[in-house]
Amino acid sequence: MDEALIFERSRPGRAATSQFPESAQSNDIPAELLRTSPPLLPQTSELDTVRHFTRLSQKNFSIDTHFYPLGSCTMKYNPRACNSLAMLPGFVGRHPLAPATRSQGFLACMYELQEMLQEVTGMAAVSLTPMAGAQGELAGVAMIRAYHVNRGDLVRTEVLVPDAAHGTNPATATMCGCTVKELPTDAQGDVDLAALRNAVGPQTAGIMLTNPSTLGVFERRIDEIAAIVHEAGGLLYYDGANLNAILGKVRPGDMGFDVIHMNLHKTFSTPHGGGGPGSGAVGVAPRLEPFLPLPVVARDDGHYRWVDADERPLSIGRLSAFMGNAGVLLRAYVYMRLLGAAGMERVAEYATLNANYLMVELRKAGFDLAFPDRRASHEFIVTLKRQAKATGANAMDFAKALLDEGYHAPTTYFPLLVPECLLIEPTETESKETIDGFVQAMQRILAQAHEDASHLKGAPYSTPVRRLDDVRAARQLDVCYAPANTPEAPEAAEL
Amino acid sequence: MSIPAELRYTSDHEWVREDDDGNVVIGITDHAQTALGDLVFVELPEIDTELAPGDACAVVESVKAASDVYAPLAGKVVEINSALEDSPERVNDDPYGDGWLYRLRPEDPKQLEDLLTADDYERLLVDSEEE
Repeated sequence: MDEALIFERSRPGRAATSQFPESAQSNDIPAELLRTSPPLLPQTSELDTVRHFTRLSQKNFSIDTHFYPLGSCTMKYNPRACNSLAMLPGFVGRHPLAPATRSQGFLACMYELQEMLQEVTGMAAVSLTPMAGAQGELAGVAMIRAYHVNRGDLVRTEVLVPDAAHGTNPATATMCGCTVKELPTDAQGDVDLAALRNAVGPQTAGIMLTNPSTLGVFERRIDEIAAIVHEAGGLLYYDGANLNAILGKVRPGDMGFDVIHMNLHKTFSTPHGGGGPGSGAVGVAPRLEPFLPLPVVARDDGHYRWVDADERPLSIGRLSAFMGNAGVLLRAYVYMRLLGAAGMERVAEYATLNANYLMVELRKAGFDLAFPDRRASHEFIVTLKRQAKATGANAMDFAKALLDEGYHAPTTYFPLLVPECLLIEPTETESKETIDGFVQAMQRILAQAHEDASHLKGAPYSTPVRRLDDVRAARQLDVCYAPANTPEAPEAAEL
Repeated sequence: MSIPAELRYTSDHEWVREDDDGNVVIGITDHAQTALGDLVFVELPEIDTELAPGDACAVVESVKAASDVYAPLAGKVVEINSALEDSPERVNDDPYGDGWLYRLRPEDPKQLEDLLTADDYERLLVDSEEE
């Protein structure tokens, strides 16, 4: 059933406080500061509002309700324990401006989180403040730039990015004032070393690499890549999107990386999807430590304190108010403490095992792999090019049909290098039965494609909103609700 | 898939047409617009921009992907197809006509000879399909 917009439920004068007329008035705001016209907000009762948002939440596809194999997103289960401990009143009630003497418990957790992240990534120092992956990337490349500039080397402004990279990589480099040079990938999914050798030079600021890459395979010649880039005077940036696959097994620091961002909301199991809140903590090799974003937490004689700009004059500065997303950091901290070192290895082992099992089962079920000769890391790519040609049902049709089967679709049409692709990441938290169920659903959809592809073109059939016209949505972007006959109404506004 | 014989092409799926006044018109091929799908946004170079061959000078964005368009030869941008700002779908509907992107005054018209012929381009598409 269609859910009306909250604005459409609005009735003049109705408010959450309507049933408590006495308490609704606040008398301590000076009259000249009170607004004269009401804000453009829906006027609804508390009960209507609760029902509206509860119903919306019930329509959601989420990790708590459905298998969510969204490649490159690591939609693993978020243990309830992490949430309940992070919600302890001492944490929730702490004011972000509370002095360090009153925040020793929280600061101790942040300090230990920094230490654990250093250990598991092989980096010398960590800053927790970036609020999301993209901001962590920005911090990473900004530090590379600051490092070169601080040495008086002003010409290193070129950043190398493989063509398989996340789109955020070239965007980050550009935002940092660098130019981007794209590197090709060879047929086996590794970076083309000859092209890399040709690309590096005195203008090279660094390279941005994801390992395992977005193609779902481990970059086997990472040692050679590190040597080539370092010899040319550039630095290596590690995009932590796929850290889950190597957790506790291989460390980016040992591979030669100088700076890394970690998506705590992926690898360290804090809730994400729908835009946050995330956490893009950054780790660095010793030579980049002076440039880390602030604040970081230090410990002197068992006492924890903030390190600020007086001590770190070369810092790239603050990226967030206070300490990044404190609640997300606490959840990641509890998760890491619960896992311990052995648990982290287990994450990588089962993430990889689940991905390889699912990959083999899908191949047996008649699907083509983009890199059939390679072992999957924690994710892999199925290409539906052959099926699309034979039946007319493409990757998007399969993705939509999966929704009717009760599965969130994998990532579609990314990476861009592989036509008609699905990027599938089961994560370590799924059972064999769930994975088998997904394979059977894919088989049913494949059979349907051969029988009557036009049926798939109409999918999904069971969701509250059917297939959207994404072209029209992009061409006539309309995301602001305004009631009719107001200046903000769509009729009056420029579309 | 339409590949007009009178045009020149690049391996990046741009087409180039020489006009009587010596300027060239540039767009993306029918194959390129099919592969991209419905375009939702086109970003064009500024008039008077000096381009070198291979410069990324325009962006075509569909619901699937955003792709750079590269300059096929050196020259100066003399005109852009501003109509695409409001109706990018022209590139899908008529890639070799109404969907043209920009007009260039070539530095050296002989560079045109270095570009692919329709036969070359067709072979390139067949080869990449077989890969």
